[in-house]
Amino acid sequence: MNEAIHPPIDPNEGYVTEDGRRIGGVVMEMKHITLRFGGVEAIKDISFDIREGEIRAIIGPNGAGKSSMLNVISGFYNPQEGEVWYKGQIRKPMKPFQVARQGIARTFQNIALFEGMSVLDNVMTGRLNHMKASFLDQGFWWGKAQREEVENREKAEQIIDFLEIQAIRKTPVGRLPYGLKKRVELARALAAEPQILLLDEPMAGMNVEEKEDMSRFILDVNDEFGTTIVLIEHDMGVVMDLSDRVVVMDYGKKIGDGTPDEVRNNQEVIDAYLGVSHD
Amino acid sequence: MFYREAGDFKTSYAEDNQTFPIKFDRFRYYAVLLVALGIIPFFINDYWANALLIPFLIYAIAAIGLNILTGYCGQVSLGTGGFMAVGAYASYKLMTAFPWMDMVSVTLLAGLITAMVGVAFGLPSLRIKGFYLAVATLAAQFFLVWMFNKVPWFYNYSASGQISAPERTMFGLAVTGPNADAWVRYLFCLFFVFVLAWLARNLTRGSIGRQWMAIRDMDIAAEIIGVNPLKAKLTAFAVSSFFVGIAGGLLFTVYLGAVEVGEAFGITKSFLVLFMIIIGGLGSLFGSFAGAAFMVLLPVVLRNFMTGTLGWESTIATHFEFVIVGGLIMFFLIVEPHGLARLWQLTKEKLRLWPFPH
Repeated sequence: MNEAIHPPIDPNEGYVTEDGRRIGGVVMEMKHITLRFGGVEAIKDISFDIREGEIRAIIGPNGAGKSSMLNVISGFYNPQEGEVWYKGQIRKPMKPFQVARQGIARTFQNIALFEGMSVLDNVMTGRLNHMKASFLDQGFWWGKAQREEVENREKAEQIIDFLEIQAIRKTPVGRLPYGLKKRVELARALAAEPQILLLDEPMAGMNVEEKEDMSRFILDVNDEFGTTIVLIEHDMGVVMDLSDRVVVMDYGKKIGDGTPDEVRNNQEVIDAYLGVSHD
Repeated sequence: MFYREAGDFKTSYAEDNQTFPIKFDRFRYYAVLLVALGIIPFFINDYWANALLIPFLIYAIAAIGLNILTGYCGQVSLGTGGFMAVGAYASYKLMTAFPWMDMVSVTLLAGLITAMVGVAFGLPSLRIKGFYLAVATLAAQFFLVWMFNKVPWFYNYSASGQISAPERTMFGLAVTGPNADAWVRYLFCLFFVFVLAWLARNLTRGSIGRQWMAIRDMDIAAEIIGVNPLKAKLTAFAVSSFFVGIAGGLLFTVYLGAVEVGEAFGITKSFLVLFMIIIGGLGSLFGSFAGAAFMVLLPVVLRNFMTGTLGWESTIATHFEFVIVGGLIMFFLIVEPHGLARLWQLTKEKLRLWPFPH
């Protein structure tokens, strides 16, 4: 699904996981990122990489700077220092919509759907970077505009099928319950056919069953579409089960990076979560 | 029972995406077209044209225009009157400078000129929103009216400061001026309403319309998923002003014939069109028509009732009219903020089941 618009990184790099998924080379690399808000340093000199096709988790206590990190990746914040490398090139400071056009999509911690629009329209809005019909074409609804609308509708319907939200496709989003809204938001992000999908607490406020559903969807997305996923989540069980590698942040600093097992046994990480006085 | 969607199956996405996906709606639309084109032109007289039909058609265009900006893109504008004035004065200058030009071209060009002015005044929307943007567009309203009053070039240095539309013909029939027949002026306006409503429908159902609505509902999320806010907002301003400019041009050339800018295009006009879309329904094309019909029809009905049936003096009737219109606006804002369009939708949902309760 992704190959058409995103060329693969380097076929020789990478490895195969135990469960048979192929992890490719480094697709994105954060180098010495520092982000300040006035005098507050939200992120202090953090570096890590994201490999193609992996599920990369960012964890840490509240206020550790996880969401800020995600906002740096999605171009919402421009860091004062450091470089973002994407597909082997340094990324100039750019607007969020330009980042989106490079194949990076995200969901939000607090649901940020378009409440006045139907589920289908929300998902179709996610596909807008694939729709190129000119203004006049759309106004007169001829040729390209009409063709594009139908083609993209097909893709949108595939995503809707995939996430099992067919029954609500024409319902205004404002009327949906919380769990479904989260799923629609995932659908909207997926509709862009992103190469990297950023999920900011996709399971916040869900019950166990909804969490299981969402975990299954995340794994399926990664498996079927080969989408690289960067995930922020507080439920440690979920994080350890889903992710290939984990970055641990605390007070804006990186205190751990590695496979779930490595992170779990890292003394600094244990201290951060159990609470040791900072001096 | 009366309104059914059962059994109306779609087998392609294009079919599902048409303007009137339900057969009943489609036939009702054809019926309206038939009445508007095949029956009304033969029975129309000057009273019906001037009191109801032509103002309804012209305000429907203005309401669709403002609805695109405010209802679909979420940018509140109080400059509608000013932009209508741009359309009117552009029509006047074009008609007097190029007497050979036909009225369709004049009106379309006037719309394009207004679109450019609208984009210029829409630039602040990139930085400010909500009430603050409303105040910025209010500045446009006052500036434009002031400019058309103060710069004599716009009214060709006429002594009265008014502009009046010279007679122009199409296919040998006078469209503007005192000799124009009611049915010609009616059909001329209807043509624009039909084409512009179709354009608006196409724009709002496609990618650009979804971008507008995304900006309206949550601008930050819209930008994150790839909407260029600059482009989305400015296209909304351009399209909206294009519609409003055409409405202003038609109001001057076809309806009023002679115009004094402060009187015809003052701030009250901005509010009138805003009330139309609030009462009709924000973000709904049907609502634009319903609101325009309501606001044009209501004063006429009230006045006829109070002076005709009750035999009151016309001054008292006029004051009561203000009270009642104001009261209705408050009523709608409190009871049904989504306007007549929403009421119509609820009626349809009820009619699906009628006469059964479930």
